[in-house]
Amino acid sequence: MPLLVPNRYRGKLIVVEGIDGSGKSTQLSLLSQWLRSQRIAVSFSEWNSSPLVRETTRRGKKKNMFTPVTFSLIHATDFADRLERYIIPLMKAGAVVCADRYAYTAFARDVVRGVSRKWVRNLYRFAVRPNLAFYFRVPLEVAIGRILGGRNAIKYYEAGMDLELSRNVEESFRIFQGRILDEYEAMIQEVGFHVIDATGSIEEQQQQMREIVIEQLGENLRNGILRASQGDIDAAQAAARVL
Amino acid sequence: MLHKQPLAFYSEALAGVDKDELQGKLIVIEGPDSVGRSTQVSRLRAWLEHEGHAVLDTGLARGALAGKGISQAKDGNLLGPITMTLFYATDFADRLENEIIPALRAGFVVLTDRYIFSLMARAIARGEDRAWIERVAGFALVPHAIYYLRAEVRDLVTRVVLGRGSFDHWESGMDMRFGADMHDSFVRYQARVIRALDRMAKRYNFVIVDAAKTPDQIFKELQRSIAKLF
Repeated sequence: MPLLVPNRYRGKLIVVEGIDGSGKSTQLSLLSQWLRSQRIAVSFSEWNSSPLVRETTRRGKKKNMFTPVTFSLIHATDFADRLERYIIPLMKAGAVVCADRYAYTAFARDVVRGVSRKWVRNLYRFAVRPNLAFYFRVPLEVAIGRILGGRNAIKYYEAGMDLELSRNVEESFRIFQGRILDEYEAMIQEVGFHVIDATGSIEEQQQQMREIVIEQLGENLRNGILRASQGDIDAAQAAARVL
Repeated sequence: MLHKQPLAFYSEALAGVDKDELQGKLIVIEGPDSVGRSTQVSRLRAWLEHEGHAVLDTGLARGALAGKGISQAKDGNLLGPITMTLFYATDFADRLENEIIPALRAGFVVLTDRYIFSLMARAIARGEDRAWIERVAGFALVPHAIYYLRAEVRDLVTRVVLGRGSFDHWESGMDMRFGADMHDSFVRYQARVIRALDRMAKRYNFVIVDAAKTPDQIFKELQRSIAKLF
């Protein structure tokens, strides 16, 4: 059973994965700025962000209605919507799509919630295989330190409170993230992650990412990808302002 | 392999469900759009209750979690085929875990207007992979009986024209533009749905009921068959 569909579009797909607090979003944002500075057309897609599904997800979360299976399915619905309406059309147009979390997030998180590894891998079989998938490896305590230092409250599902691991939110979060970390570690070979040591400095990590991008996609970035001239950029920005 | 005992899971066991606790009966009425399913469901419900059974009736996109979201998404005509399949699967899982299984535990007769089969047939009609959707829906419980109200496309067309009097966007598969207009698309799309259901009949042990018969005849046929389940 093949895992994910090969990317047969002009554009490329780069994804980042890792537990909360691994620093992957920061790195993806730096990478996309670097690509844009080379006039490459870059688009972003974030996990769990489809407007079509938002109300349903909100309702389920607010009333704690989710089970492991419905939680998994609603995220797959959200993902399918972004893929069908956004990611694939943009890649057809030749853009580089940068995704903050991808199907692998479900492979890790949904399995920890209690669906089987086989079932969730089949569920996402329609997904396009990324050209590059970075996994930001970070020890649990480092990630937790970053999360707890940075904001006030961890939300119910984020902490995996639905799993009844602990009545203490922080403790539950710790156990939950630890299990997700184990799932990520176990799938490195299977899904072909490029592992980035996320304890290194931000600059070091970014340097590593850029080297891998050049090494793996260099030829494609020179030819094939949609590039903008300064004139295109000015025109697009002017049009966006009018809207 | 799919001819399993009633109330077993097809391929994926749901956590926290002990099959031996499920005392009720699960009865499915399947069939394409406009074939007359809901008429039969409401008559069967009245009859079963008269016989002293507690009945839960349920159907596609009626769940508390995703029912509203699906209907809003359909109003916007924005659903891609895979997204639609998965949105319906979410609703199905929600109803299975939060309505159907609790009712079966309590010894109810669960009468469901469509089940995973319509959901799968619609996906297959839209060109999605049969093995994929079959595994996605593998957490469904095997029903005690599945009645497939089978009709030809021309009969469905007649019912739409004489009934509602107009073709529906989704029932015509217009999201996929199977034909130049609603009629042509309806004919092609429903033919694909029927073909997909036909191909499931043996595999999933459907009882095929000829929907060209009168509603009374169909009702009596269903009654006779359902009575044997008790």
